[in-house]
Amino acid sequence: MSNSFDPKLLDPRLKAKGRRPYFFDDPAIDKLLTITMALAGELAVARERLDTVERILAQKNILTSAEIDAYRPDDAAKEERAAWRADYIARVLRILQTEYEALDQRSADTDYDDVVRDLASD
Amino acid sequence: MATTTKQAGPPPWTDVGRHAVFPEGKHDEIARFNFLASLNQHIATKIFPGNRLAYEARVKPAFEKEAGRAPKDRHEVRRAMSKDEYYRFWSSLRRTYMEMRQENGRAMVLRQLPELIDKAKRINDGAPTLQLDPSVEVPRYLSQVDTHCMPGSYYTEVAPDDVSAAANYDSGIFATTGGLLGRFNDGGGRAMLAWLQRTYPDFKPTRILDIGAGLGHNTVPFAKAFPDARIVALDVAAPMLRYGHARAQSMGVKNIEFVQMNAEKMRFADGEFDFVVTAQFWHETSSKALPVLMREIYRVLAKGGMTVSLEQPPYHNMTPYDAFIRDWDCHYNNEPFWTTVHDTQMLELMVRAGFGKDDCFEAEFPAVLETDFLAGETKMDKGKDFGRGGMWYGFGAWKK
Repeated sequence: MSNSFDPKLLDPRLKAKGRRPYFFDDPAIDKLLTITMALAGELAVARERLDTVERILAQKNILTSAEIDAYRPDDAAKEERAAWRADYIARVLRILQTEYEALDQRSADTDYDDVVRDLASD
Repeated sequence: MATTTKQAGPPPWTDVGRHAVFPEGKHDEIARFNFLASLNQHIATKIFPGNRLAYEARVKPAFEKEAGRAPKDRHEVRRAMSKDEYYRFWSSLRRTYMEMRQENGRAMVLRQLPELIDKAKRINDGAPTLQLDPSVEVPRYLSQVDTHCMPGSYYTEVAPDDVSAAANYDSGIFATTGGLLGRFNDGGGRAMLAWLQRTYPDFKPTRILDIGAGLGHNTVPFAKAFPDARIVALDVAAPMLRYGHARAQSMGVKNIEFVQMNAEKMRFADGEFDFVVTAQFWHETSSKALPVLMREIYRVLAKGGMTVSLEQPPYHNMTPYDAFIRDWDCHYNNEPFWTTVHDTQMLELMVRAGFGKDDCFEAEFPAVLETDFLAGETKMDKGKDFGRGGMWYGFGAWKK
């Protein structure tokens, strides 16, 4: 056994030896799916943590889940929450907005390379 | 087909069996494993069966239309299916799942590695039942790629006296198997043991060898069933043996020797054992190694002794689709010998190694499920997750 150990081996995200397969014609789809599943996982983790906090608060009689269910936001909270949700959804679905705007401005959006050439000679 | 109506959630990570060297989980690490176990179950039960539907509904008809016949083997099915978007999505998800499971297990284990190594050392130091041999080389069939996407595989050492590969393997296998292997991930061993005791109640082995034992998941049930027997758990990977030895000792199982040795050339005497067992071993070897290993098993087995192996079922009597879908792990989950071994006639291999033709057998080992570990519905259907649930396949021979 060698006495020197490669510190790279301590990276939890170390790649397994062996070519990584991609399944779609465009490997970007596989990569996006992987990123999406990582996000889904982290959301589940955050949700479970919140659930843990709520249950401990309930055990300590600080807060019950019935109180959480019965909570009704006041007007200011309603407004803030609605704004947060709208922003959140827009963030998740941003790519569709990009496509929408491009379609909406089809006549306005000129070919990008044309812009590059245009500015080069302007 | 998965038709379970009452959905059994996989057990939470906190229900997995503990022992002295089992890693500690922090809240979010545990939650990640819980998510992964549920994700894997969803992929296996809700998405996986759709592959067959896609094949029957569109891939096979399209193939037949073009070729004028049905696909003749699993290779033709794979070529046709690899263009199907549903199959691609399932494949991509399953590969991603495997990588995420490894990442979480490694992150959990590596952050507490000094403590884990220390715990193992305190149990292992000076124990005659742990016999490591640094001169053992990793066989080429294990070093070509990292087996089932475990970065570093079973054998890589990231620190002196490393146990990380085994701790990672042990901490996450419940997620990939949905808890079907039981609290201590020993379902394969328990199924073989139950089969042995039911089929040959008078056979009481006294010298047992488990080849490719890893961390001894499947060795421990035999050690408990035959407490007076000498049991050897053999593997080439030191991290697995260190961890496995500490695990077994802390579980009160003291009659297993964990020995680092290549099974192709064992230092045991002829006839030293009366029972040689392997579980999920052969598919991680190679064509050249197969006959060598089988001859060694024949050699170390005493007359009147038996060998038995638990493996994935061979492809011989399967439809092209069934063989194709079981072959996925070979191509996409770093199991490079999987496709070849499941085409191999293992009974013929045993005969060539010296066993009598009439002394060889195939066997089925019904899973012995731990119903208190698996919440809710426990009747697992055979199609689920490559049939890991219901029935194990095996083969073996008596040495006459």
